[in-house]
Amino acid sequence: MKVKQISIFLENKPGSLEKVTGVLSAAAINIRALALADTSDFGILRLIVNDVPTARKVLQENGFTLKCTDVVAVEVPDRPGGLHGILSVLSREGINVEYMYAFIERSGENAIIIFRFNPTDTAIDVLLKHGFTVLPGEQVYSL
Amino acid sequence: MIYNEEAETLPREALKALQLKRLQQVVHRVYHTVGFYRRAFDQAGVDPDDIKSLDDLRKLPFTTREDLRNNYPFGLFAVPMSNVVRLHASSGTTGKATVVGYTRRDIENWSELVARCFTAAGITKNDIIHNAYGYGLFTGGLGAHYGAEKLGASVIPMSGGSTKRQITILQDFGPTAICCTPSYALTIAEAGTDLGVDMKSLKLRVGVFGAEPWSEKMRLQIEDSLNIIALNIYGLSEVMGPGVAMECIEGRSGMHIFEDHFIVETIDPDTGEVLPPGEPGELVFTTITKEAFPLVRYRSRDISRISTDFCRCGRTFVKMDRVSGRSDDMLIIRGVNVFPSQIESILMGIEGVEPHYQLVVDRVDTLDTLEIQVEVSETLFSDEVKELQNLEKRIKKDIKDYLGITAQVKLVEPKTIQRSEGKATRVLDKRNI
Repeated sequence: MKVKQISIFLENKPGSLEKVTGVLSAAAINIRALALADTSDFGILRLIVNDVPTARKVLQENGFTLKCTDVVAVEVPDRPGGLHGILSVLSREGINVEYMYAFIERSGENAIIIFRFNPTDTAIDVLLKHGFTVLPGEQVYSL
Repeated sequence: MIYNEEAETLPREALKALQLKRLQQVVHRVYHTVGFYRRAFDQAGVDPDDIKSLDDLRKLPFTTREDLRNNYPFGLFAVPMSNVVRLHASSGTTGKATVVGYTRRDIENWSELVARCFTAAGITKNDIIHNAYGYGLFTGGLGAHYGAEKLGASVIPMSGGSTKRQITILQDFGPTAICCTPSYALTIAEAGTDLGVDMKSLKLRVGVFGAEPWSEKMRLQIEDSLNIIALNIYGLSEVMGPGVAMECIEGRSGMHIFEDHFIVETIDPDTGEVLPPGEPGELVFTTITKEAFPLVRYRSRDISRISTDFCRCGRTFVKMDRVSGRSDDMLIIRGVNVFPSQIESILMGIEGVEPHYQLVVDRVDTLDTLEIQVEVSETLFSDEVKELQNLEKRIKKDIKDYLGITAQVKLVEPKTIQRSEGKATRVLDKRNI
């Protein structure tokens, strides 16, 4: 039920992002979702791609520091209060969201939100228990 | 003005005779009391009795900072600890610091030498001295303090930092002389001006500045911004502390080395060959009066030049130029001696830190800044910002705890720090002093 996310360390300077997209583009990797966390001197680029092993390989070959992390893709009803419903459940159950970002594509009538939880497995159990749809990796990569 | 007329104007011949007598004593003493010197002299095949003239000094082996480190902390002391009344140390608690000890007589001699320095700057017992050298293990604060008291001046023991408070005291107590690092003098001047204080109309008349490299340009800046005369003092903790040499207000060209207490040589840092006066090279000091921590032919790593020109102040001592550089990789950051190797050992103590780092030293406004760039390896990397920020904080804290200096830590992408062939270029010193 988990999705593999690739995080890349980037310095906060012109051209950093462009180097990443260049490498991925040359390897014909499609970016499915992304989020950039930034501080004054560095950033962390988080990516969901269609082909994780290849993306990982080409990025490493090009000298990037990266990490593969398990994140969770959850379907969120695309209407006011949709996200709030999920967060209320998580909050009640004492699950901490490290970070989250929205997926570009939709799954039918629903939006998709990527969550990074700690611990991940407990969070998935809680979500399933409350009837939310957690999307498996394969489905997310090919959306 | 001269504090000790007899000693400081001794005719050269008499001075040389005094130096030889004291050198012979110290060589005998260290040979019999310090295992390190006995082994070193034996290895070099020199007997203390072989020192029959000052030229024989060059038969003796050099002592290096490495030797001090290997004998950390008290291995080179020549007296029992019961005779030591004071300890000082250079920066660092990683075991690489150099520790120096003083007997009561050492403190008296040191105080006199600093009193000589103040007198050479035209300071008398009627002056109030604002001492903004750091008090503590660093020799600057207490060294200047004791010298000021010996002279009979009124000393304000400010220590470094709390710049606003320094400015208040400068206004309210009306000190007529100041001593601190030259960069801190500029900081005080600028901070005061920013607060709306007319820093040129304080009662300050003269400043005694040292403990870090500075230039004629900085001298003019300080003199202009504080409306004082700025003079250069030289010293290093291993040899004694501040007061090894001092510029006189009459000559203002080079610092007189107090040769009745120290013998100075200039050497080629690569070959160790002794150079004639006037040639630039590394200064080597032999202490000839120190009891607790005598040093024989200590390689200071400071590059300078010795001048034997006549000085109109009347002192017969040789003069050294302001230090123009180092023959090793030591950095002086805000008056604190820092070796890249110290920073390296701190970084290596943090799990996952790669041996790829670079130190960028710069001077922003008047203060030295140190940035440590560390490449982020996969072990260090986390997808969470807070983890990486914790890492930065951890490095910063360790540097502060061990070295006492504040550094900025910057995480950089792998392979972005230039790899050099052979000797790594760890330091980028952008200071244009």
